[in-house]
Amino acid sequence: MDSVIEALPKFWDGFTTTLFLAVVSGVLSLVFGTILATFRVSPLKSLRIVGATLVEIGRNTPLTLVFIFFVFILPSMGYILPLGRVPAIIALTVYTSAFVCEAVRSGINSVNVGQAEAARAIGLGSNQTLSLVVLPQALRTVVPPLINVLIALTKNTSVAAGFAVVELTATGRGLARDYPPDVIWMLLGVAFFYLVITIPSGTLAGYIERKVVFSR
Amino acid sequence: MEHSGSATAANSRLGKPLVELKGVNKHFGELHVLKDIDLTVRRGEVLVVIGPSGSGKSTLCRAINRLETIDDGTIHIDGQLLPEEGKGLAQLRADVGMVFQSFNLFAHKTVLQNVMLGPIKARGLKTAAAKEEAMGLLDRVGVANQSHKMPAQLSGGQQQRVAIARALAMRPKVMLFDEPTSALDPEMINEVLDVMVQLASEGMTMVVVTHEMGFARKAAHRVVFMDDGLIVEEAEPEKFFTDPTSERAQDFLSKILTH
Ligand SMILES: Nc1ncnc2c1ncn2[C@@H]1O[C@H](COP(=O)(O)OP(=O)(O)OP(=O)(O)O)[C@@H](O)[C@H]1O
Ligand SMILES: [Mg+2]
Repeated sequence: MDSVIEALPKFWDGFTTTLFLAVVSGVLSLVFGTILATFRVSPLKSLRIVGATLVEIGRNTPLTLVFIFFVFILPSMGYILPLGRVPAIIALTVYTSAFVCEAVRSGINSVNVGQAEAARAIGLGSNQTLSLVVLPQALRTVVPPLINVLIALTKNTSVAAGFAVVELTATGRGLARDYPPDVIWMLLGVAFFYLVITIPSGTLAGYIERKVVFSR
Repeated sequence: MEHSGSATAANSRLGKPLVELKGVNKHFGELHVLKDIDLTVRRGEVLVVIGPSGSGKSTLCRAINRLETIDDGTIHIDGQLLPEEGKGLAQLRADVGMVFQSFNLFAHKTVLQNVMLGPIKARGLKTAAAKEEAMGLLDRVGVANQSHKMPAQLSGGQQQRVAIARALAMRPKVMLFDEPTSALDPEMINEVLDVMVQLASEGMTMVVVTHEMGFARKAAHRVVFMDDGLIVEEAEPEKFFTDPTSERAQDFLSKILTH
């Protein structure tokens, strides 16, 4: 137990790295995922095809493979990325954007078509219809599934441990090696720090949900 | 070019063609929903479209602002061919107001914001000007005191009057109404019809799908009877309701009158 206290600074480093990966990839995924979703409901067929293709690739490729692509394959093709966090963030974003896209898209589909028709009928273009009328309403139904996607992302950051990023899981592995009698405590410490991120996210989700679903 | 008093007397005072459909056809898969429709609505005219369920009234109405595409034929609004898509279409839609059976007020915006959105975003009006005009319109349809509520907090009749104000805020050349009162409780129908009668008396060009005979008699210049995708009969309201020519119209009227 004392060794856990002793290892706290290392836990903290791992924790902040995991938080950094989760927050940066999370924000990027929300942005790109939403853009992808607008592609998928675009009146232009070419955009719909691009959107669907990217989503299927992101959604159906194991995350480890996505990491391998950005950490090993892309550099071997001559596209050198700085090692460590950057390829990890790219891989997590590519993967998570696909899930964000699908959550946002189902939110868009949950908005009554009459809303979009009324928007078009007063002369709004298709981008305005989407951004002013459909998306704001879609966000309401989309918050709970999105938080699930972000919680999954937080846990998925652990894949980066296999690719030279010392985040929580990698830290835990190192500590377990350094303090063999306390393996259980070290792993519980790791789990605790993940919960520090995911449980407040869930609570926040509940709060936002109550806040935005006020009328219809 | 305002008209007042009896619709018949006003007919001769109607203006130039504002909405012109020529040879319009529309299919939903195998189903032929609009069959070679020719129809002209003149400036200041109030046209009532009537007919059995599934006859194509909504489709006709929605084709006029291209919420429904057509297979062939042409639709002109104020002399301009209806653009197929893009900015041109959006601009033209801004000139054509539409009121839906199910109101379709923007659920995430207040009553006032509902009315201001189009003028600000599609016409580029300043917020202050849009607000002043919106309040004027809400006052005109009798819901100014509800302006800060969300649509869901209003009764159906109030929501539909807001929807009319939202359409009017674009200063449309023509207003389309697709069964504006058929989703309403009976006691709210008249408050909406009153607003529409008022609008008609101010000279607004209107295409109204409705079975409200009272409205047709009071405000319409012409009734068009549709059945099975065809315009079967056209007549002045009085003539249509008392002495319809076609068998199909007689049959239809006998059904709705016995209710
Ligand atoms: N989006 C659609 N896809 C397929 N068929 C449709 C669609 N919209 C309408 N229809 C069909 O087209 C026909 C005409 O429909 P429309 O809504 O224009 O009739 P209507 O005269 O407005 O009827 P109602 O009085 O019931 O509103 C109907 O048979 C309807 O089932
Ligand atoms: Mg209809």
